[in-house]
Amino acid sequence: MLKAHTRDPAAFTRLMLTLLALAVLWPGVQLSELNPGVLLQAENRQQIAAFTSAFWPPAHDAEFLKLLYEATLQTLAVATAGMAFALLLAIPTSLMASRALSLRAASRGGRAGVMSRLLRMPVRGLLIFLRSVPEIVWALLFVRAVGLGPTAGVLAIAITYSGMLGKVYAEIFESVDQRPAHALLQAGSGRLTAFFYGILPSALAEVVSYTVYRWECAIRASVVMGFVGAGGLGQQIDLSMRMFAGGEVASILLAFFGLVLLADLLSRFLRGRLA
Amino acid sequence: MNRVLNLLVVCAIVAAVFAAFSYLELDLKALTGDGGLGQMGAYAERFLHPDLSAEHLQAVAHGALETLAMSGLGTLLAMALGLLLALPAAGRFGWPLQSAARLLLNALRAIPELVWAALTVLAAGLGPNAGTLALALHTSGVLGRLFAEALENAPAEPAAAIRLQGGGQVAAFCFGTLPNLWPQLLAYSLYRWENNIRMASVLGFVGAGGLGQMLYTTLSLFQEAQASTVIIAMLVLVLLVDALSDLMRQRYVRA
Amino acid sequence: MTIDLHDAGLRHGQVRALESVSLRIAKGERVAIIGPSGAGKSSLLHLMATAVQPSAGRLALFGEQPWALSARARQRLRARIGLVHQAPPLPPRQRVVTAVLAGRLGQWGTLQGLFNLVYPTDVPGAREVLAELGLAEKLFVQCGQLSGGQLQRVGIARVLYQRPELLLADEPVSAMDPVLADHSLALLNRHAQANGVTLVASLHAVELALAHFPRVIGIREGQVVFDCPADAVTDPMLDALYANEQFASQPAQGPTLAVQIPRC
Repeated sequence: MLKAHTRDPAAFTRLMLTLLALAVLWPGVQLSELNPGVLLQAENRQQIAAFTSAFWPPAHDAEFLKLLYEATLQTLAVATAGMAFALLLAIPTSLMASRALSLRAASRGGRAGVMSRLLRMPVRGLLIFLRSVPEIVWALLFVRAVGLGPTAGVLAIAITYSGMLGKVYAEIFESVDQRPAHALLQAGSGRLTAFFYGILPSALAEVVSYTVYRWECAIRASVVMGFVGAGGLGQQIDLSMRMFAGGEVASILLAFFGLVLLADLLSRFLRGRLA
Repeated sequence: MNRVLNLLVVCAIVAAVFAAFSYLELDLKALTGDGGLGQMGAYAERFLHPDLSAEHLQAVAHGALETLAMSGLGTLLAMALGLLLALPAAGRFGWPLQSAARLLLNALRAIPELVWAALTVLAAGLGPNAGTLALALHTSGVLGRLFAEALENAPAEPAAAIRLQGGGQVAAFCFGTLPNLWPQLLAYSLYRWENNIRMASVLGFVGAGGLGQMLYTTLSLFQEAQASTVIIAMLVLVLLVDALSDLMRQRYVRA
Repeated sequence: MTIDLHDAGLRHGQVRALESVSLRIAKGERVAIIGPSGAGKSSLLHLMATAVQPSAGRLALFGEQPWALSARARQRLRARIGLVHQAPPLPPRQRVVTAVLAGRLGQWGTLQGLFNLVYPTDVPGAREVLAELGLAEKLFVQCGQLSGGQLQRVGIARVLYQRPELLLADEPVSAMDPVLADHSLALLNRHAQANGVTLVASLHAVELALAHFPRVIGIREGQVVFDCPADAVTDPMLDALYANEQFASQPAQGPTLAVQIPRC
């Protein structure tokens, strides 16, 4: 008679995974010197309390408010200009990187040949490189290269976001129904025509939606980059924090929240309208 | 009517872009002409010879592991805290708690990681602990909100069936709702981990340890060769985490 | 008296699902409920399972009024009642063994329940119950990979594993082929007879109801039309019950899983 096994076949794998997780967790905790209790220690609480109590009242003198207004506009402008540049770079590279326009794939039912994959790899590699280096590193480098100010921020956003946009655009082009484009390519139309007539109509909604979402992220990113000298609200926070001017920091944070909220609303409106 | 409105919106966007450029007065000519490009080229060239000495590599490796630990643990803590806050935020415990939880989650996620890091460095001192806590706090706000939305959209029948046969609330949640929810939670968390590994590099700028701190010091001391090694290490880390996250997604989030 | 319904009524908003239903079912009885679609069979079973509160009348189970009890006492009462759902509420990614073992969650403590989530402690018990339903080899398969009929059998297995004193079944064989349906109903009846369990099942196939159950209740538009032994049911009674019946009820769909993968 067959002895029915009473053991769960998944038990071994689960046990191994648990042990692996623990084996990785322990040195991880050591390396990161994790100690959440620090936040609750008395003298640290006092320090945080002292720091945050300086937040009230937020600075609201006319001169500072004018500075704040200009910094907000600068942040918005950096994000928008950066995205514009990013689009300029992303659109052609995404077209090059996307297998959607591969002539080989059109005649093989969507499967790109070895050559077309090989030729597209460097473009994809470039996009991955551009988006993998954190944008603030680019910002830091550009600040050293072109000096303090919003230019560094614009360039940093342009480079990183072109990578992100390019990669996602290429993926979107590949994920919509390929058959219209394939039919056009097989009938002898040029690649760009095939793209505009075959792929863009179905992909446009998603592309626009993602772009607007990225613009929203770019606003937050430009604040972060301001920290290292790329202008806008971020630079102001950095300056105010160095001077321990809690009230100013509070005002800037409030302006930041307002900006993020507005951007969120605008983004939802645009996505509803255009997509 | 719709078309006209859409056209207006597009025109408004184009106008906004032009306005942005003119406001910034980007002096691209100064950038590229008059030896500007040459200067940037010379600066970039200094990065093409990374310092690969054993001693520096060891320091970079330690920094990389620190950054990896910061991002991983920060995301893990955020998952736990996020799930904890998502339960009231999805309305499981009544209306007043729901509002309070949503408010807390919005506060946690509205404050950018860098600002959190500045606060935690103040509280916990310099080093990776501050970075991990900052990431955990911010990400728990993000994940908590995503988890709450997923929780609200999860089907209620399996958990209700378990309650109907006498099971407790916790058992009903774990046996009924969690199996359906888990792939979505994991997908969001992996996505945030990919984001956090990039942010962890950056938090070092305010003193929260890891590769970021190394990059800041080397750049400030104009040690481009050493900085270049750090940037390569950052790149490798990001690619590694992206690959790992992709692997885990294939394995556990197959929908 | 296991179930004692007196003049019970159930309203869903404006719709009157049940009206003036009075039933008494003793311990160990096996009863089938038949009637056209939308007659209120599911509502009646859910009422008996304490899933919904009656909007009128009185319900007593095992001699107690469930809706007069404290929540904790009602949970203990519910552990003695098992409901086989028409659409089995099983998460697609859960394995069959875990889904079956979940039947005893009402009897286990929280910790034991949670432990069984990661490591099933009673695989032989689950296997035994599934073997009777012909699903023993599907023990470690995910629920989402089963067909409709297999899923219904897992739902039955879960309730059998629970060992309730009162077994309620809401169209338990609607997705099964006739042979399998006959076999499953025979199994439920054998189990009820062997263990002194009270069995109440709603069925769409009248022949199956008459073949397996000694007592039949006919429901139409929320009211009891007849309540008599199976051999006393005549064709005119059935015709009057099912007058204007258009189509047979469709087997219900299980829950679908949709995961959004965020773009980077």
